[in-house]
Amino acid sequence: MSPHERPMTPLTLSAYTLVTANGRGIGLVSQALRERRSGLRPCDFEDALLKTYIGRVEGLEDFSLENGLEQFDCRNNRLAWLGLQQDGFMVAVAEAKQRYGADRIAVVMGTSTSGILDTEHAYANRHPQTGVLPASYTTRYRYTHNMFSLGHFVRACLGLRGPALVISTACSSSAKVFATAARYLRAGLCDAAIVGGVDSLCLTTLYGFSALQLLSAQPCRPCDEDRDGLSLGEAAGYALLESSEKIGRKGAVALLGYGESTDGFHMSHPHPEGAGAIRAIRQSLERAGLQSSDIEYINLHGTATRANDAVEDKAVFGIFGGTAMASSTKGWTGHTLGAAGITEALIVAICLKQGFVPGTLNCERVDGSLRSHILRENVDRPVRRALSNIFGFGGNNCSLVLGVL
Amino acid sequence: MRVSILGIGVLSAGLEGWSSGREVLRGGRPFSPTSLPDPTADLLPANERRRSSDCVRWAVQVAHEAIVQSELDPRDVATVFASSGGEMGVLDTLCRALATTERIVSPTLFHQSVHNTAAGYWGIATKCQQSSTALSCYDDSSAVGLLEAVTYATLEECPVLFVAYDLPAPEPLHGARPIATAFAAALVLTAFGEPPDPTMSLRLLSAEKRDVTTMSDQDLERLRLDNPAARVLPLLRAVALKGRHTVMMDVLDDQRLVVEVDS
Repeated sequence: MSPHERPMTPLTLSAYTLVTANGRGIGLVSQALRERRSGLRPCDFEDALLKTYIGRVEGLEDFSLENGLEQFDCRNNRLAWLGLQQDGFMVAVAEAKQRYGADRIAVVMGTSTSGILDTEHAYANRHPQTGVLPASYTTRYRYTHNMFSLGHFVRACLGLRGPALVISTACSSSAKVFATAARYLRAGLCDAAIVGGVDSLCLTTLYGFSALQLLSAQPCRPCDEDRDGLSLGEAAGYALLESSEKIGRKGAVALLGYGESTDGFHMSHPHPEGAGAIRAIRQSLERAGLQSSDIEYINLHGTATRANDAVEDKAVFGIFGGTAMASSTKGWTGHTLGAAGITEALIVAICLKQGFVPGTLNCERVDGSLRSHILRENVDRPVRRALSNIFGFGGNNCSLVLGVL
Repeated sequence: MRVSILGIGVLSAGLEGWSSGREVLRGGRPFSPTSLPDPTADLLPANERRRSSDCVRWAVQVAHEAIVQSELDPRDVATVFASSGGEMGVLDTLCRALATTERIVSPTLFHQSVHNTAAGYWGIATKCQQSSTALSCYDDSSAVGLLEAVTYATLEECPVLFVAYDLPAPEPLHGARPIATAFAAALVLTAFGEPPDPTMSLRLLSAEKRDVTTMSDQDLERLRLDNPAARVLPLLRAVALKGRHTVMMDVLDDQRLVVEVDS
């Protein structure tokens, strides 16, 4: 029996916090979910003249990082900082430090573009004669755009001295952080882990997805018969993970399983039969020691591109039939790319704690060719076991099973 | 955590492949980094190879070298790709395009800009559907990547291909991250090896003082310090030297990775 067929020890999410276009903190995000209020707006990011909607987090333009954090200042780390201030997360981490010691807490972050916006700005401000980038940028590259910047920043903010890394596998980045943290905990490399992800709006992704003709001119409509592309968003989310054997907390939300796979097919198109997705979902169920019938809700990757939603439906229907309720929450947040994993894992945590399931916002008529049980309206019902799917560029897939202890 | 090393790939000026590179590393042949390798990465399908970045070709070249030695089917092997900055050349081209009024971005270039581009191309070329992780820890990306690879191989009981690579960025981005020399290396690791496969065991320690293992050859030490991927050189040398060696690698400011090599 291979390890993913043996149930893992559930990992308690003993604290968590989330900032999306819907608001700062779990309270505002869950209120928007309940009230079916989208965070998407017509693109007003810098001077990007694109006919699309974005899930922009308000206020990131209005402050800069201070108190010794100046060198980290960039949109991505401002969003990271804003995330750390919500829901008493810093206090929870301080308490965990008391329990375990700063060197026994790992930081495992995910992002796809890190602080690339600063590099974009620097290129726009190259020296007119020499073409050299501004020194104010080159001296801070390490703290802003480099892929590890986010991990460095979060570790510094929280005063931690354990292992740290940034996983960057495009959209699956901050789902895979749960898997790596679970292994770190099992290997005894740490006693607790801060997992999370931050991705922020930038010209690279706006113009890049536009070039791929994957941006909708309307707010994205996952699973709708007329869906025509995604809306980009930005988000910051974190969770403190600890072994449920150490910190039981009946009623708390826990990571029960994870599955990681790749398509081995194409850089930007999903495998036509969803082979990689099926592999990730099955592994996550096996690791959780659950049957497909145990899953009551599936938070779909559901980007609202024609291809993603169709292929994901094939994979989900193949495993679950039409039993589990399924929805995409990207109509609220937009596709937050490297932060999608943590964003949607925490939306699932909200559903598990509050006993409701969000219907797919902006889905007017479910595409008749989709066979899964796609939910359009919110449903009030206690949910104990749920799945979150994240699939990304490079054919990189990750599924997480979350549940109530 | 203890694993066996089933295959090694290495590529840099003066270290072109493991069979000659190991001779250089054990001191049996001088290190003469005269010409820059231009890897063909034959494993990539012609279409993918034509479109691929330098990073992809370097990473795939060493990965292929290591996997051939391992005699494993690459479809059975999970991957961990570690790079400090990833596709710096692609990012330079993208940011140049975004700094123009038209902002015309090539779709191919965009999907090649992600940190997991090399990992993705490897998966496509080998049709592998195992887990694949791409990560960074700035200067210590190799040590942290090695830790991730060994943890995966041990706990998930699945062989892992570990690849470390960083290439010099073109100007003007080079000014932000001045890496002078390209370097890539790969190791195929399994928790179920048998003698005479070399083994290594890993521990992570909190460290107050820095007693990191360096290269005795000045030019190799310069390479180790220049390129984050080349921080694996002392580990490769330990394997090349045979016998038992302890290699210390930096992890951030306050930790070190202790690697006990038995070759």
